Amino acid sequence: MSETPEELHYAPSHEWARLEEDGTVTVGITDHAQDALGDIVYVELPDEEQQVEAGAEAGVVESVKAASDIYAPVTGVVIAANEVLEDAPERVNEDPYGDGWFFRIQPDDPGELEDLLDAAAYDEMCSEEE
Amino acid sequence: MTEPRRTPLYDEHLACGARVVPFAGWSMPLHYGSQIAEHHAVRQGVGMFDVSHMRVIDVAGAGATDFLRTVFAGDVASLARGRALYGVLLNDNAGIIDDAIVYRTDDGYRVVANAGTSERVRSWLVRHASDETHLHPRQDVAMLAVQGPRAIDCFHEATGLDASALPRFAFTWHEERMVARTGYTGEDGVEAIVPAEEAASLWRRLTEASATPAGLGARDTLRLEAGLNLHGHDMDESTPPTAVGLGWTVAWGEDDAPVRRFIGRDALERQRRPEQVLRGVVLEGRGVMREGFAVATERGEGVVTSGIFSPTLGYSIALARLPRGSKGACSVQVRSREVPGRIVRPPFLRSNK
Repeated sequence: MSETPEELHYAPSHEWARLEEDGTVTVGITDHAQDALGDIVYVELPDEEQQVEAGAEAGVVESVKAASDIYAPVTGVVIAANEVLEDAPERVNEDPYGDGWFFRIQPDDPGELEDLLDAAAYDEMCSEEE
Repeated sequence: MTEPRRTPLYDEHLACGARVVPFAGWSMPLHYGSQIAEHHAVRQGVGMFDVSHMRVIDVAGAGATDFLRTVFAGDVASLARGRALYGVLLNDNAGIIDDAIVYRTDDGYRVVANAGTSERVRSWLVRHASDETHLHPRQDVAMLAVQGPRAIDCFHEATGLDASALPRFAFTWHEERMVARTGYTGEDGVEAIVPAEEAASLWRRLTEASATPAGLGARDTLRLEAGLNLHGHDMDESTPPTAVGLGWTVAWGEDDAPVRRFIGRDALERQRRPEQVLRGVVLEGRGVMREGFAVATERGEGVVTSGIFSPTLGYSIALARLPRGSKGACSVQVRSREVPGRIVRPPFLRSNK
């Protein structure tokens, strides 16, 4: 059974978003997503200072099985990308909500997070998909 | 849609934590947690695969040899008892119906074909069999592949059977159990065909001898690193063996011998040098090549037929159908990007055998 932390926000496209104390938003993919993808072999991240839009493509994750687009859950500017993933993409499998984060956004409007799913709604969506 | 069939090892897979997926009409383990860890286990130690979905057909009767010399492009006439031959079954246009291993047994032959083509192969064989040929599809057996540098020791420890003196592509019988020095990983190892009711205990004994269960995912990355074709991807009924690197499996016969009229021969004579051939591609930038990606070469366009991220090499490798004579640099359309690549001759790894 995959893990879905209560305090995070979830996009239907399987990204999670966490509002940090400094007002930035950290983004990664969910435990459910990494489990479905299988071993991750390659991650393509957005550049720092890149403008991203909610729901638009911001990166790619490739697993042994397939390539999947990563979508930005909120609009804003990318302020950091997790470079560790360049050489250690398996961190996404090992720790999807921790070391396996993808990028951090300075959001235009943190209120956009409320448009995302909460943990219960995301879990329900995943169970319907199965 | 009918429910996928289960091999005699289905419960063992679940007990080992398998992610089970439908594959060619069977419920098969894709992986048991980490496909890459399973891949490394086979390259560095020993892994085991349930390959009971493969189709085992015994061929007997006075017409068996003539029959196989007709439907198989390799020539079984020179095959000694206890030896096996890899080759292809062709249709009338010289397209590959399947690739298979034919084992010369004491009273005939055993053919092991792919799961995905199983019905097509069975009906093709039935159609061409004479009254003096008896086909016996075996539903009562299971097949396990034990592969890796430690495979022979592990199998010995688990079963008491020592295959170390067995040459490659040779096999022996231990009562009802057949043990062959064959595989699909580029590693040393054995494939054992055993009575179905013995499969679970063999699996458990191999586990105790520290064989790592490995799934279809690792099987695919291992075979591709070894440069081995997969039917339905790198070859099919539209490709002659000469276009997919399997021309060497075709026995044309000596010039002074009577011509052997195997099915597809006439069509194949006209396709000895097809315009498209199968080559290896290694990606020199980041990304993963996948089936269907376009490859641009100096001689024109080609297409990836299987592509993976190679766990052993740490970059993406692929088999691709390319214009004859292509070599050197190429460019692969990896989704929205053009990534430089290099054309090579498979295998991608030097063999450990």
